[in-house]
Amino acid sequence: MKILVVDDETDIQALFVQRFRKEIKAHEMEFSFVYSGEQALAFMNDHNHEAVLILSDINMPGMSGLELLKKIKQKYENPPPVVMMITAYGDEENYQKSISYGADDFLTKPLDFSLLKEKLKKIAV
Amino acid sequence: MTYIIIIILASYIRRTLKTAVTMPEWNKWLLWFFFGSILMLIMEGAVSRFKVPGEWVGTAALGSILYILYSKKEFESQRFFISALLPFLVVEIITSTATLVSPGFAARWHGWFGTAETFAVLWAAGSWLVTRKQQKELRKAREKAFEEEQNNKVITQMKAQLEVQVAERTAELTRQKEELEHALTELKSTQAQLIQSEKMASLGELTAGIAHEIQNPLNFINNFSEVNQELLEELRQEIDQGNLEEVKTLAGDIISNQEKINHHGKRADGIVKSMLQHSRKSTGQQELVDINALCDEYLRLSFHGLRAKDKSFNAKFETDLDPAVGKIRIVPQEIGRVLLNLINNAFYAVSDKKQQNVPGYEPSVTVSTKKTGNSVTICVGDNGDGIPENIREKIFQPFFTTKQAGQGTGLGLSLSYDIIQAHHGTIHVETKEGKGTQFIITLPI
Repeated sequence: MKILVVDDETDIQALFVQRFRKEIKAHEMEFSFVYSGEQALAFMNDHNHEAVLILSDINMPGMSGLELLKKIKQKYENPPPVVMMITAYGDEENYQKSISYGADDFLTKPLDFSLLKEKLKKIAV
Repeated sequence: MTYIIIIILASYIRRTLKTAVTMPEWNKWLLWFFFGSILMLIMEGAVSRFKVPGEWVGTAALGSILYILYSKKEFESQRFFISALLPFLVVEIITSTATLVSPGFAARWHGWFGTAETFAVLWAAGSWLVTRKQQKELRKAREKAFEEEQNNKVITQMKAQLEVQVAERTAELTRQKEELEHALTELKSTQAQLIQSEKMASLGELTAGIAHEIQNPLNFINNFSEVNQELLEELRQEIDQGNLEEVKTLAGDIISNQEKINHHGKRADGIVKSMLQHSRKSTGQQELVDINALCDEYLRLSFHGLRAKDKSFNAKFETDLDPAVGKIRIVPQEIGRVLLNLINNAFYAVSDKKQQNVPGYEPSVTVSTKKTGNSVTICVGDNGDGIPENIREKIFQPFFTTKQAGQGTGLGLSLSYDIIQAHHGTIHVETKEGKGTQFIITLPI
């Protein structure tokens, strides 16, 4: 399963790589990292829509996670990639917007990695 | 002739001195002289034999009048008659004596006596006229002096009045001055309150940003320490199994995670410190501050603060920081406030333009630093709509704001201006309508 992580915090990469070290080693999951919405769209163009799952931060400078979500769901319809939104602000407004734009799930920071792992494994099956 | 002079003299003295009122005793005498002389004049004209003794009587009468004028103090002002009439009196005495002693001699010299008499009369008339003129002038001078005295009195009165007025005005002005001083004190305390509330308002804007900026490093600290716990567990297993290579790799990961934990801990620490600095009353103490770090920190704080307040807000932000800038001596909380203010304004500007839905518009805020010679330049730029020319000159004025009432104090830029001035730096604005605005701060090193 190819997963694209979008977050402006660069250390998120080290965190994911270590948290999912076993899964990566076992080639169950493959992670790519970009640091903005713009980079995410470019990555999807370049890699021909490889990622099946996108984990995106909402609060980023430039294109926000919500805009990215909207664009991805508009552009890639068949089959649309699974998009999970992650935000530091677990407020109602962000949640409602994410759902209305077609987000598949909504997680709040700090990330509960065991919960995330479970959710990812469910999707992978 | 003598009697005519006496008549004129007596009536003149009576009239000028008003003797009927002022000295009735002398008035009586003068009347005697007056009427006596008229009587003698008539008798001389009527009886020719009476002429010679009459002349003697007249001369004696004139002489006694002159003597009275000379000896009595009351007639001091009329003494000029003595010098005027003395020659006439002498001529009369000589003529009368000559007539009495030797009538032949007198008849022979009659012409001469007549001439002498004429001259004496002319002398008397002349000196009388001169004296009258002098007296007139004297009177005029006296009137003038009197007038001046009156004038002086008026002036003194006016002076006194003026002094009263001046005192009144001074009292009024003093009162007004005190009122103004009171108003000024009130204004100063209001200003201090306003500055504090401006600081607290910007702190309010910061709070959400600060929460976000602290939350992120805290998340990392929590996450990385959890990871490390797992890794240490694995490490123990690998040691038990004697897998030295794995142990080395795990130890390396743990160390790098530990570094990250440390890094994010410091990041959160710095943010809390700068928040405290921002809200604290400025100590005014200058210290060496890393300008690039300060710019970066406030740019992030501002962005996340606005982002937290308005969910629809978004913009790109970039830094272009010159590493040569290094540390310079400033009051960090003050310059921080300036940066926050300028950056907030920049974000507001681009957010405003974003709402106009211009196709292809990407809101962007840039903070750049540059070291040039003996100074450091900090530039806060945006690609908003720019500042209209008609308000460009007013932006640094206190209380000038384009925001709606209650939304901005209008003190941000004016305080920023004051702070930069206090740092002996300059702040100016370059703006193009429709293109964007750049605030450029120059600080001496």
